[in-house]
Amino acid sequence: MGFYFVQFLTGLASASALFLVASGLSIIFGVTRIVNFAHGAFYMLGAYIAFTLTERLSGAFGFWGGILIAALAVAVIGVIVEMLLLRRIYSSPELFQLLATFGLTLMVEDLVVLIWGPDDLLGRRAPGFRGAVEMFGQNVPSYDLFMIVLGPVVLGILWLLFHRTRWGILVRAATQDRDMVAALGVNQKWLFTSVFGAGVFLAALGGALQIPRDAVHHALDLRIIVEVFVVVVIGGLGSITGAFVAAVLVAELNAFGILILPKVSIVLVFLVMAVVLIVRPYGLFGKPEAVARKTPGLSVRPWAPFTRNERIACLVGVALAALLPLVAGNYALTVGAEIAIFVIFAASLHFLMSVGGLASFGHAAYFGLGAYGVAFLAKLAGLPMILCLALGPLLGLAGAAIFGFFAVQLSGVYFAMLTLAFAQIVWSIAFQWVPVTGGDNGILGIWPEQWAAGPARFYWLSLGIAVAVVSILRIIVFSPFGYALRGTRDSLLRSESIGIDAKRIQWTAFVIAGTAAGIGGSLFAYLKGSVFPDNIGIGLSVDALVMVLLGGVETVSGAVIGAIVFKALSIWLVSQTDWSKLILGGVIVLIVVAFPKGIVGMIETWRHSWRARSDAPSAKPAGLAASQPEGAE
Amino acid sequence: MSEAPRLLFVEGLNKSYGGVHAVRNVSFSVAPGEILALIGPNGAGKTTCFNMLNGQTPADSGRVVLRGQDISGKQPREVWRLGVGRTFQITATYASMTVRENVQVALISFQSKLYSMLNATQRFASDEADRLLGLVGMEGYAARPCGELAYGDLKRLELALALANDPKLLLMDEPTAGMAPRERVELMRMTAQIAREKEIGVLFTEHDMDVVFEHADRIIVLNRGSIISEGSPDQVRNDPQVKAVYLGDGLVFGQHAEAHA
Ligand SMILES: Nc1ncnc2c1ncn2[C@@H]1O[C@H](COP(=O)(O)OP(=O)(O)O)[C@@H](O)[C@H]1O
Ligand SMILES: [Mg+2]
Repeated sequence: MGFYFVQFLTGLASASALFLVASGLSIIFGVTRIVNFAHGAFYMLGAYIAFTLTERLSGAFGFWGGILIAALAVAVIGVIVEMLLLRRIYSSPELFQLLATFGLTLMVEDLVVLIWGPDDLLGRRAPGFRGAVEMFGQNVPSYDLFMIVLGPVVLGILWLLFHRTRWGILVRAATQDRDMVAALGVNQKWLFTSVFGAGVFLAALGGALQIPRDAVHHALDLRIIVEVFVVVVIGGLGSITGAFVAAVLVAELNAFGILILPKVSIVLVFLVMAVVLIVRPYGLFGKPEAVARKTPGLSVRPWAPFTRNERIACLVGVALAALLPLVAGNYALTVGAEIAIFVIFAASLHFLMSVGGLASFGHAAYFGLGAYGVAFLAKLAGLPMILCLALGPLLGLAGAAIFGFFAVQLSGVYFAMLTLAFAQIVWSIAFQWVPVTGGDNGILGIWPEQWAAGPARFYWLSLGIAVAVVSILRIIVFSPFGYALRGTRDSLLRSESIGIDAKRIQWTAFVIAGTAAGIGGSLFAYLKGSVFPDNIGIGLSVDALVMVLLGGVETVSGAVIGAIVFKALSIWLVSQTDWSKLILGGVIVLIVVAFPKGIVGMIETWRHSWRARSDAPSAKPAGLAASQPEGAE
Repeated sequence: MSEAPRLLFVEGLNKSYGGVHAVRNVSFSVAPGEILALIGPNGAGKTTCFNMLNGQTPADSGRVVLRGQDISGKQPREVWRLGVGRTFQITATYASMTVRENVQVALISFQSKLYSMLNATQRFASDEADRLLGLVGMEGYAARPCGELAYGDLKRLELALALANDPKLLLMDEPTAGMAPRERVELMRMTAQIAREKEIGVLFTEHDMDVVFEHADRIIVLNRGSIISEGSPDQVRNDPQVKAVYLGDGLVFGQHAEAHA
């Protein structure tokens, strides 16, 4: 009994830290609509800086002062980031800010290693809370008790801030209706900056306060960010109370899950999140989105199939790629095959995101399922390679059919989070069902047969399949189905009122995208000769997102270029430098600022303005025309 | 009521939002080819009525019968398949497509080709799409990006979309709002002509009383969710209750009366 009680208290203490970070993320999203991927990085920075300060400064004042100064310092960094980077990209397509903050996260991960080294750092104990208190014959660290009290106190302070100060009331108003605040003449720029600073402060404070409980290390950011996303989504975006309740729920699930259901402990929170989202699509305390989001696709010209010249250019490009084995060595060809596989993967996500408007944060699930499909067929059933390649992706199809059915009931960030949850569920099955999947050790020895063996042959195989998949996806984009799908993205209302079953269309698209990703995964299994749970991991899902956004989410096939650039750059950087994440992150941030429509989107804009130079001056800016007040007399 | 064949028959519709009784016991019917105006001040419940007719909003109680079939509780897309086209007060079109493509999507849906994946849309029913655009006077706009259209043109595009399924009943919520006066008359003239030719019943809401009195066969006046008057334009024009409502609301009649005087 006592043991369970103490476990419960430990959970509550973790919940407080989780709540701090989650409330920050929630506030930022509520007002700026930015999904701040760098929130985990700010949390980690808070922990590192607090570690240094509390080591340098002595005494109780030094400790608590150090924690506070660390959080403030990181908040200042956050404000600088907002002013220099985010301000430039608020009007970019939805989720583009995610790419920017992802780039920042990569940079911070390398920077902390540069500054503090790669080893775990053990922080100082908190003065006044070094000991333990005995309860039910068990020792409870007194610092845990401090944290347990801190959570509700911060909740109270935030409540006062949001209900009793002018700034807080503005923030709440902006969370409900951003246009209204703009109309009231509030300086939106500074409101955004201050909100971002406050959110980052909370994240960094959460990180700093963790140092007496936990070692500081350079992977803290990813660990916390996923958990915090989960908390915010379960609680309901923009709801502080929701974040608190969800933080307690998640922390207790973690604390007890490991005792009661050790087999599925990792996946428990994701299961709960999936159930919450299916039952309450806007989280426990969230409200439906009041304001319609900006329609993507407005900043580029309407899509059109390739002209004859463009088709020739593509053929030439493919022909040149096919000639690569004449000049390149084995290593380059293996890299080439890997890039081709990621082109398939990125193109499949791009189809879902740009045509369907559905940004999946867990697309690696279907890539990984394709890979495991091949592994099962090849190793367990011993089927020939050609059959494995043909049937393996069906596992991706099946997964997409099941999960997609639930996912398409939601949209926007909630869709993203539900897909993330599903991917985590698949990942943990691969990780924990050891007798079948080999768990962490994966399944080894999946080698191509003679006809596809050798770097050149395998490269040609991958290239051929990539060209086929991308072409078919492109054909679908311009088919009646593709238009219907794009219609559901542009206007659900219109689609439903002209007889289109939007959910079914989106579900079909999800299955197509999942199958295509599975094809990529099948090839990947043969390329590597093995499959691992990593092939389903969050990292891979994020890579796919980055490739899509980098290429340009508002283009037809931008992901092809995005995948080539991103994959080539990251493989090359890893081989050249120890600080590849720092450089890659920097490049991503630069591209975000310099090419707000992605690489391909930018090229298309240039080409268009080049051609249209002689045309009549263009009509009204898009969007303005459509947002006139109703019934104006 | 008369024995004239009824296209749409609405009986005892009710809808409340919290404390607001938006629509109260509304009953009326529409005959084929008839143009019926639903008027009333802002907030009278006109849009809510429309939303209940095409299944956008579930009614609290009441019945909607289309050509003898009870369609209460059906989804908008099912109602559409039964021959009801609709335009929106706040336009809903596909901003990332060209004008012609917008109409093509409606035609794709009408011809049940939504899951056709390997054909090009470019050639799909493009003649039919252009014909529909011609009906609303937009043949010259077919290749324009929809996101660039002026508001009045979006309204006309909405009409073309609503006509794509060869509807028996058209629901038009403030079809001319935001248009210049001449455009309004033109749009309603077009609508009336199409309706008469194809025997389409039209139910529309409108603030411009010139448009209403010129084109409506019959008028229903809604105030605070209830029907307060119903009849021919002349009957409604001379109804003291209607005058009172409109005088209280900002003199829509008065302005025109003065202008005509
Ligand atoms: N979704 C809704 N939620 C709450 N109240 C609503 C909603 N839709 C309409 N109302 C209310 O119902 C009443 C009728 O609105 P509406 O049908 O839009 O009027 P009209 O179209 O005649 O201007 C108004 O008081 C409006 O505030
Ligand atoms: Mg209305």
